[in-house]
Amino acid sequence: MTTVDHSAELARAGANVTGWASRTLFLANRYPLGAFGAVIVILFVFAAIFADVITPVDPTSTNPAKSLMAPGGQALMGADFMGRDMYSRVVHGARISLAVGLGSTALGCLIGVIIGLASGYLLGWFDLLVQRVIDIMQALPLLVMALVMAASLGPSLENTIIAISIPLIPNVARVIRSNTLAIRELPYVEAARAQGMSEVRIAVFHVLPNTLAPLIVLATAQLGAAILTEASLSFLGLGIPEPHPSWGRMLSESAAEYVRTAPWLVIFPGLAISLVVFGTNLLGDAVRDLLDPRQRS
Amino acid sequence: MASYLVKRLLLMLLTLFGMSVLIFVMLRLVPGNIADIVFEAAGMIDDADKAQIEAELGLDQPIIVQYLQWIGGLVQGDLGFSYVSEKPTIEEIGPRIPITAKLALMALIFSIVLGLPLGVISAVRQNTKLDYALRVISLSGLSLPSFWLALLILMFCVQYFGTIPIYTRPPDTLWDELLLYSIPAAAVGFRSSALIMRLTRSSMLEVLRQDYIRTARAMGASNTSVNYYHALKNAVLPVTTIIGIEAAFLIGGLIVTETVFNIPGVARFLVEAILWRDYPIVQNLVMFIALVVVVVNFLVDLLYVVLDPRIKYAD
Repeated sequence: MTTVDHSAELARAGANVTGWASRTLFLANRYPLGAFGAVIVILFVFAAIFADVITPVDPTSTNPAKSLMAPGGQALMGADFMGRDMYSRVVHGARISLAVGLGSTALGCLIGVIIGLASGYLLGWFDLLVQRVIDIMQALPLLVMALVMAASLGPSLENTIIAISIPLIPNVARVIRSNTLAIRELPYVEAARAQGMSEVRIAVFHVLPNTLAPLIVLATAQLGAAILTEASLSFLGLGIPEPHPSWGRMLSESAAEYVRTAPWLVIFPGLAISLVVFGTNLLGDAVRDLLDPRQRS
Repeated sequence: MASYLVKRLLLMLLTLFGMSVLIFVMLRLVPGNIADIVFEAAGMIDDADKAQIEAELGLDQPIIVQYLQWIGGLVQGDLGFSYVSEKPTIEEIGPRIPITAKLALMALIFSIVLGLPLGVISAVRQNTKLDYALRVISLSGLSLPSFWLALLILMFCVQYFGTIPIYTRPPDTLWDELLLYSIPAAAVGFRSSALIMRLTRSSMLEVLRQDYIRTARAMGASNTSVNYYHALKNAVLPVTTIIGIEAAFLIGGLIVTETVFNIPGVARFLVEAILWRDYPIVQNLVMFIALVVVVVNFLVDLLYVVLDPRIKYAD
């Protein structure tokens, strides 16, 4: 629960910076890999937002004449079996991937924070119960849990987000709980109580803000995992349904068969997944170094 | 120690019991059971026939009765019958376990052999170009979806050997088996090796700052001896703890890799069973996976005591 004062941090590093532009530049200099990751992520966010503008063709429109066309002038990344433009599909895939990644991470963190805060603050039988449930949930690998959840909820965009968010909860709850446990013993909490503040107010307005740094670290780390899980689920046929262009599903359609005949169907969606996850991982590492000095390497 | 063991074992049982309830309830959230799927596929609906099938499979019973029947069987070693093949579940799952176990073991060995030395090198050469390169490689290992890596390997094989090394029939000799499993094992293991490398690096960096390392250097020990003998011995301790996490990690990777390489192991079987709503198979397989994860974690905790005499589990 080290509260991080960025200005102090910057001053200590000998930086004489004012304004957001020079601060950003300074941080980019200090964490070059993290800055690189941020650029990748921003590019994908840009692609997701302006997908309709920067692609020439609708990603779902088929064109028999272009079936399995190789990358070239008419189709930048080639076309799939149904003649759908791969460049359009890959760019639009960023929407699905980021929607699911950000959506499930946000949902998982929200529920995890509520459970972790309540568990660490209330203690007693509630805490005991939560601990055991977390143990149970952690006995299953992320993908297995998401698979079963996705199958039981049925294939849709919303259900995929829910299916991936559930296995993310235990980790968040655990970290927030242990932070809450430490913070609730601090003198300022006692002072707040002495002033007659209600427990809920103390927990939400005075304890919660101090758990934000570890939460941000955890959330950026889990974003990559969430995106990968969506790709795996869709690859296995249990994630995003047609006609949404999901990278994972594009790969499952093109699997073994097109490995021989149309490698571009395999290369581009996979490259997109790897790049965006790589970007979030780089960013996540830098965020951890910045916000969590104990883990600094 | 003895009461610690008892407590841990009881907690493990509690976890597995909770898992059984969780998985059972989760599977029943599914709209539609196997009878629905079969009838939907056949394109006809005869309510009488459907009711008969449901009665045969026990799907018309109250959910609590279904659960008790399953758990009752489970503790007696009776895992029920697959809805799809109508064979005993144990006969379906049993022969697939060794295949996945071999794959997982090979992947684990691969990840350690690759990850540990690279992690040490990365730490020893901290903040050099080599360190940066190795860190980027390990991070990309964590970023590549293992099924894509598997597909790329297939593509490479098609390009240069003209053949795809996928599973078509059971291997005859040990050598065949090694050859067949080595590629999928590497595809899964690469991801795990990245995890091991990162942990080894940060753990080594911590150890290298300690006093006894400076003492060893002061006494004239060579760099190699300090790094690989004195430091690694202590740095490797935290790395063992992630073998437990690794087990969960590997299972996730194996699910997609077995699918790509067409390997008839338990991991791919789980996906098939889920798609078919084959409850007895899914339930028992998920319980099996949970058992493996829980037991591996327990063993790792015990191993830790053996490896590091400073650690004692209080009662």
